[in-house]
Amino acid sequence: MSIDTETARRVAKLARIKVEDDALPALASEFNAILGFIEQLGEVDVDGVAPMTSVTPQRLKRRDDVVTDGHQQEAVLKNAPDAREGFFAVPKVVE
Amino acid sequence: MSDLTKLTIAQARDAMRKGETTSAEITADCLTAIERAGALGAFVHNTPEIATEQAKSADTRIKGGDAPAMCGIPLGIKDLFCTKGVPSQAASRILDGFAPEYESTVTTQLFDAGAVMLGKLNMDEFAMGSSNETSVYGNAVNPWRRSGDEAALTPGGSSGGSASAVAADLCLAATGTDTGGSIRQPAAFTGITGMKPTYGRVSRWGIVAFASSLDQAGPMTKDVRDAAIMLQAMCGHDPKDSTSADLPVPDFEAALTGDIKGKTIGIPKEYRMDGMPDEIEKLWADGTAMLKDAGARIVDISLPHTKYALPAYYVIAPAEASSNLARYDGVRFGHRAKLAQGDGITEMYEKTRAEGFGAEVQRRVMVGTYVLSAGFYDAYYNRARKVRALIKRDFDQVYADGVDAILTPATPSAAFALGEMVDADPIQMYLNDVFTVTVNLAGLPGISVPTGLDEQGLPLGLQLIGRPWEEAELLNTAYALEQAAGFVAKPEKWW
Repeated sequence: MSIDTETARRVAKLARIKVEDDALPALASEFNAILGFIEQLGEVDVDGVAPMTSVTPQRLKRRDDVVTDGHQQEAVLKNAPDAREGFFAVPKVVE
Repeated sequence: MSDLTKLTIAQARDAMRKGETTSAEITADCLTAIERAGALGAFVHNTPEIATEQAKSADTRIKGGDAPAMCGIPLGIKDLFCTKGVPSQAASRILDGFAPEYESTVTTQLFDAGAVMLGKLNMDEFAMGSSNETSVYGNAVNPWRRSGDEAALTPGGSSGGSASAVAADLCLAATGTDTGGSIRQPAAFTGITGMKPTYGRVSRWGIVAFASSLDQAGPMTKDVRDAAIMLQAMCGHDPKDSTSADLPVPDFEAALTGDIKGKTIGIPKEYRMDGMPDEIEKLWADGTAMLKDAGARIVDISLPHTKYALPAYYVIAPAEASSNLARYDGVRFGHRAKLAQGDGITEMYEKTRAEGFGAEVQRRVMVGTYVLSAGFYDAYYNRARKVRALIKRDFDQVYADGVDAILTPATPSAAFALGEMVDADPIQMYLNDVFTVTVNLAGLPGISVPTGLDEQGLPLGLQLIGRPWEEAELLNTAYALEQAAGFVAKPEKWW
């Protein structure tokens, strides 16, 4: 599997990371080196093996479905790059 | 008392209880040592006011007579831990200015036990790296140098600042986190002890997430006894982390008898890599002989899927990272890029993440995005998770056959020079974790113990891998190895 510049562009887009056009070929070549390394996994016989979902055989804990926290608007917004009138502010998303 | 910064946790605890020194004195000496150690790049946010205040309270508590073991012990905290009101940036530009409104469970437990925070420690950005060279703060530097050579060496990574600070006696101990070897590799590179507990032993709540199924926090200390004491304070069930184990925490320090007679130690043949330096080979053989002399039974074992651990890791860890790091979008915290006229929300995300993430983080997020994308999910991600199940099965089998612990080298080499790997392909750097990454994939406890020096005078470590939840037994085996190895070398001060 070889990654071309177009695929690199698509992956960058999916990851929401801006990559300039002139940086795409180098990125594609790095991907290819890493994916080439990963390709070894193809050698392993995994027939009948279930993908691991939890490294410890424990069941996940469940908690009661009740409100335990809240009323922390100020703390939640404290680190926002742009917060106004009790909300996170972002560029307009609806025309 | 002199050289208070050189004390171990156990020595400081005992001296403070006897009234021979105080937390205020030890803390003040550590703060001075930190001020003078700028060249090491270990501490990146100093918190002297907090430290002084905490030390004062600790001294009152110690005088009261019922203080826990960690009371009054000055620590460094890896920048990955959220600490309330104190910058917690994961060494990334994207978290520039972030000061959490909450405290991680681990630091909460340490502070409740009376521990003192000296400041935050350097690391690789988002814990992605093996040399501390991907940090937004610049490199952390190893206090050790090759004999007759002034070249700056890496302290390893990602917990490079933690390793450097403990090795240079800037603090008595430090917190670290380990996703593929990030506690054990830097510990080996700097001649200290580093332990990754069983997955689920320590709460991950409030620790910036890299790969959630692999991440575990652990202690980085001057010796095995300190690892036992500090781990004790970090462990325990936390309702805020659904993967945290609701199991009793044994008294780890009490388990340190040094008696390992009749224990079975496995030596995995797959860890004998082509091109492994003779010194590492010899260190491993010496360590094996030490455990045998201490009364352990040595058996050759096979962990047949070892070879596939790194490639499986480099699918699973980036996949989880691409998901975990999706939260850095310039909306809720940290950096937001300046936008051009007409830029919408997508441009805001893309520019913010391009400016905020360094090259290695971008690379891993994109690799993770790719292996999770439609059409490749089965071929890469699911296959890697199946291989991971086989890697764990390898360990399950040897443990079922009666092996108590496994001895391996901690790293494939001693510390290398900063900058040495700059032009290498990323895979070369990934190979640093070849002996440690299996342990994360299998969720096991592992500990790196300094056991010797190489020809150039640099420390080397051996790794012991234990059975799940048997940290107490593992620490005791490590203690026996430590006693036999008698490693006491310290770096010569140049900073």
